Amino acid sequence: MYKAILSRILQTLIVVFTLVSVCFLIVHALPGNPFTGERAMDDVVIQRMEASFGLDKPVLVQLGLYWKNLLLHGDMGASMNFKGVPVSSILGQSFPVSFQLGIVAMLMGCGIGMPLGIVAALYRNKWPDYLSMVVAMMGICLPSFVVGPLLQLYVAKPMPMLNIAGWMQAQDVLLPALTLGFGVAAYVARLMRGGMLEVLNQDYIRTARAKGVKTLDILLKHALRPAITPTVTFLGPAFAAVMTGSFVVETIFGVPGMGQHFVDAVTAKDLFLIVGLVLFYGILMGLANLAVDIILMFLNPRLRA
Amino acid sequence: MKSRSLWSDAWIRLQKNKLATGSLFLVGFILFSCFLLRWVLPHDPNDADISMKYLPVGVDGHLLGTDQLGRDLLARMLDGGQISLLVALLATTLTVVVGVIYGSVAGYVGGRVQSVMMRVVDGLLALPFLVIVILMREMISGWIEVMGGFLVDQWGWNSDLVLRFSNIIPLIFAIAAFGWLTMGRIVCTQAANLAKMEYVEAARSLGLGYWVILFRHIVPNLMGTVIIYATLTIPSFILYEATLSFIGMGIEPPNASWGMLIKDGANLIETQPALLFFPALLFSLTLFGFNFLGDGLRDALDPKSAKD
Repeated sequence: MYKAILSRILQTLIVVFTLVSVCFLIVHALPGNPFTGERAMDDVVIQRMEASFGLDKPVLVQLGLYWKNLLLHGDMGASMNFKGVPVSSILGQSFPVSFQLGIVAMLMGCGIGMPLGIVAALYRNKWPDYLSMVVAMMGICLPSFVVGPLLQLYVAKPMPMLNIAGWMQAQDVLLPALTLGFGVAAYVARLMRGGMLEVLNQDYIRTARAKGVKTLDILLKHALRPAITPTVTFLGPAFAAVMTGSFVVETIFGVPGMGQHFVDAVTAKDLFLIVGLVLFYGILMGLANLAVDIILMFLNPRLRA
Repeated sequence: MKSRSLWSDAWIRLQKNKLATGSLFLVGFILFSCFLLRWVLPHDPNDADISMKYLPVGVDGHLLGTDQLGRDLLARMLDGGQISLLVALLATTLTVVVGVIYGSVAGYVGGRVQSVMMRVVDGLLALPFLVIVILMREMISGWIEVMGGFLVDQWGWNSDLVLRFSNIIPLIFAIAAFGWLTMGRIVCTQAANLAKMEYVEAARSLGLGYWVILFRHIVPNLMGTVIIYATLTIPSFILYEATLSFIGMGIEPPNASWGMLIKDGANLIETQPALLFFPALLFSLTLFGFNFLGDGLRDALDPKSAKD
């Protein structure tokens, strides 16, 4: 088991290393950099700026320097667009915001999605099933840029304690988290229903029912643990994705999170910020998938070989 | 008794599913409206008349009213739908081609080749979607611009037409560049299962070549899975396109798309809710249709997974 985990970590590191290097090269292959943008700068100034970020050296030397600084000094370089602010401090400022938002969104998503899925499976092909599956489908078909403005207009505006947008008070997390969590809830409900249906057909559930075990006890003690497997597999990567913020939700609700940088950095061709984000996201994805593997081993003893 | 093929069997099962048949009609009707009906509408989608802005529903022959520049909303919705659907359908086609070839080769060859090819897919899936799509779009835009310039200068193509497409094509390729990964993985699992079947072994012992077995015996048997997954890919690509257009990284004016209409509507939601409501409704109905159709196809083509 430890060997499997160790080899998984090693694989993740190799993948992240390759991805970051490839991104570094792709960004270099694009024409222009933040200094050759709209504002016309003096050629000498541009050259000096480029030199200060090492852009005058050959590409592969730059890549080597990036890895050397990162691995030896933990230095992720500086943002070119934000006038030399270190990438690590940009991530350090925005990640906690996205993290808070992400946690609340995931809690809401699971809190809405799991009961919906379980109820749907219990009442298969009856109206509670159809109702919850239509709600789940709405979560997939109504994009966040429709749900967000609707929540602002019909929930935040009539309620004085909710701000329409902003990130000042504790309750500001609610509406953006609901917008994000709605989509998650939809997938959770569908996966939970599928997992539950598969388990409820098993012989041991029929045995438990024949013995006269109460439905709630069957659900909680016998069915839930195996039925949750597909949901857990989905939640891992989803958690990593939600925690790193969503550009759309952050823009609509004015949340100073990480999502905005994913778009802004690429549009500005802010080399070090882009590769920093790819590095961070890749590691987070790897950790999430590792966590999924460990949780699945805990849920299903047969996987603990 | 006449025997029925897998496909006619599936067609009969699909017809029994009311939700799926309804979705099929809905999707068909939306495709018909966007690609055919749009050309016989009395209003041009780009006909701006500022004195006619914000007309309510049904006034002056504008069935759904007009937008902030006095353009007919219905015409814009259908015109935008044309581009949104075109992007999604073409990107899905690319996804199917690349995903089926990559996945079936990986699954059929198996062994170390398969695990390396699938690790590559896993690795690419660990990239943040927006970063890679925007990077790809930027990169491909550069090439398309050069090509478009050549077509206009050397071959005398209409520059408006080239401009229109030089915005759409990079978006299609950028979405497909990331989108084929899941398709590749699903096809690979399926192909690996098929490669172990007795009939494939029989074909091999008859002395058929690698490629013949792959394209005559494995790929045709993958088609059920591919069709199901392609139907579910279309709505997710419509959503990608809308998201990208919403954040200003997708379709650009003068082209319209559902994402742009929803964006315009969301900005005016307080005063003109209809401008958000109608495009969002059409958009969501389309996604509903494709998703329920995909679910119905899965139940029809793969009855074992239907679980009832």
